[in-house]
Order: sequence, then C-alpha cells, then structure tokens
Amino acid sequence: MHSLLPLPFFHVWSYLQTQPLMGLTATLCTWELACFIDIKAGHKPITNPTFLSITLLACALLVTGTPYSAYFNGAQYVHFLLGPATVALAIPMYANRHSIKKHFVPIFISLTTGSIVAAVSAMLIARALGAPHDVLVSLGPKSVTTPIAMAVAQNLGGQPPLTAVFVMITGVFGAIICTGVFWLVRVKDWRAQGLAAGTAAHGLATARMILINETAGAYGGVAIGLNGIITSIMLPLLVNIFGF
Amino acid sequence: MGGAGNYEGAMVRSIMMLLLCQLAGTVVQEGTGLPIPGPVMGLVLLLGLLIWRGGPSQSLHDTAGGFLKYLGLLFVPAGVGVVTELQVLKANALAIAVAIPVSTILGLVVTGVLMQRLLRGKADA
Repeated sequence: MHSLLPLPFFHVWSYLQTQPLMGLTATLCTWELACFIDIKAGHKPITNPTFLSITLLACALLVTGTPYSAYFNGAQYVHFLLGPATVALAIPMYANRHSIKKHFVPIFISLTTGSIVAAVSAMLIARALGAPHDVLVSLGPKSVTTPIAMAVAQNLGGQPPLTAVFVMITGVFGAIICTGVFWLVRVKDWRAQGLAAGTAAHGLATARMILINETAGAYGGVAIGLNGIITSIMLPLLVNIFGF
Repeated sequence: MGGAGNYEGAMVRSIMMLLLCQLAGTVVQEGTGLPIPGPVMGLVLLLGLLIWRGGPSQSLHDTAGGFLKYLGLLFVPAGVGVVTELQVLKANALAIAVAIPVSTILGLVVTGVLMQRLLRGKADA
C-alpha cells in the first residue's frame, strides 16, 4: 500500500476530512456548477440548482465514502444562514402589505384551506400506505419553505433532513405541473395562481410563476411567508386531531 | 470614501438586526415552549417592527435581498442529509411516491379555485 500511493496524499486527505474547509468549499463549488448547468439548460424546473447541488454532493459523499457529519462540519456555516434568511422574508411581505391587507380575508381563507388539505392528505395517504410516525410528521410540512419546514418537523419529532428532501421533491414537482393544473381547473386569475403555487409548493413553484407574471410572483411570496406561519401553528394541532 | 465606510457599517447593522430578531424569537420559543420555530417568530417580530417604524432602511432591504437571492444555496447542506435517510426513503418509497404528488395537486387546486372564487369581481389595488 505504502509503496503504491504516496503517504503524503493519505495524510493530506485524512487531515482535510477533519477540517471544515472541504465541506464548505465543496458546497460553494457544487452550487456554482449547478447554477452554470441551470443557465445552460434555460432554467428548466428539473435543473433547479438546489436540487442539482444536493444530488451531486450526495453522490460525491456516497462515492468517496465520506460520512455526512464530516461534510456538515464545513457545510454548517452555510446551513446556519437559513435562520436569518427566514427572518429576512419579512421584507418582501412588508413590500406587499397593501395588497395583502386589501384581500386579506380571501387570502387567509384560501391559503389556510389549501395548506390544511395539502398537509392532511399527504399524511393520510402515507399512513394508509404504511409509513411510520416519524415519516408522517416529516411529510406534514413539505409544502412550506425549507427552513420553516425543518424546524416544524424537528418540533414534532420528525427527521429534518428527510423533511428537506420532501420539501425539495414537492417544490420540483409543483414547479413542473402547476401551470398545467391551473389550465385544467381553469384558474386564470394571476393572484390565485401565485397564491396556490406558493402555498402548495413554496419558493420553487413561486420562482416559476415569477417568470410568467409579476403579480403571480408577488402573491407567491406572500403565500410562502403566510403558509410558513400558518403551518407552524396548525400542523401540531392537526397531528394531534388525526393522531399521526 | 466615507459613504462606502458608512454603508458597510450599515450592512453589519442590518445583519445584526436579522440576528437579533431570530435570537428574540428563539428565546420566546424556548421560554414558552410554543411549537412555532424561533426564526418564524423572528420573522413576525421584524414584520411588526417594519409596520411600526415604517419600512426597512435601504441597507436592511439590500441585505435581506442578498440573503433571499441565495436562499436556494442555503437549503443544500440540509438536503445532502438525504444520504443518512436512504434506508427510510427506500422502506417508504411507495407512500412517498403517492403522497407527495397527490397532496401537491390537491393543494394547488383547492387554493387556486377557492382564491379565484373569492376574488371574483374584485380588482387589485
């Protein structure tokens, strides 16, 4: 072994595995690569940079046999910023305050109903198909933006990484099908389209709506923030009522 | 030159503002045991402050915009955690493959149709 591979290589590699530098650098490099691919592909829902980065990094960890904890040792510095970023959602919500105020009752009724239907139907279907408790409560907040969804899942005894994956699948799926669904059920109002996209499939579907119509994008932003708050409050109650 | 220096100071103040709101939210959450996550409580707190004080400063606006522009990147480390959940995903593949698409379509349809009905005839501001 020693004669085949130079010892310093092993030494450097195993040293780097104990340091935050590798995980952090790998995260940023992969993100840049994913953004490049996304631009080249013309912003297809399936080339979403978040989705691509997670897939590439997960494969890299599995191939090199690097434990997730070694990777997260560096990536935690990026992860930490989710907290202040969630607080920062207050700024776009404030910017849309007049529209929200004017249509507050319709927004509140539609959003709360849609949010409950999405969460409860997901958990009921998964329970009927045999999923255990921790999977069910990880699935419940999947329509909410990731930082909020992960915190909600953690509070309910779910698995935050599992929730992050569910949120991502929901977002990619929602972004791909939302325009088709609106066409099928004849939802033409941009405000209704944006609100529905933000409520059912958070930022990923909203990002898609922003490209089509500005008003739809603004209502999507409102839905992301409001649904985050409503789900945080409602989901623990729903989990109790339905006994998930 | 002085302007640039002030601006950088203002950015630090904006980050401090976001962190203080998150900290206050987390203190309230831990103290009361409410199921609402600390950062969400911080969001509500900042929204209240903005309404009370009349909008964000240019610096807070730009700093928040910077965070939100890279929101997609911030999800990545947690998402890579999927490597620790592969067993669970495999064991529940059918439940997940049915529950997520069906519930997402239901959520889109219910919210969209209801909102369109309720807004019928109401023009925007």
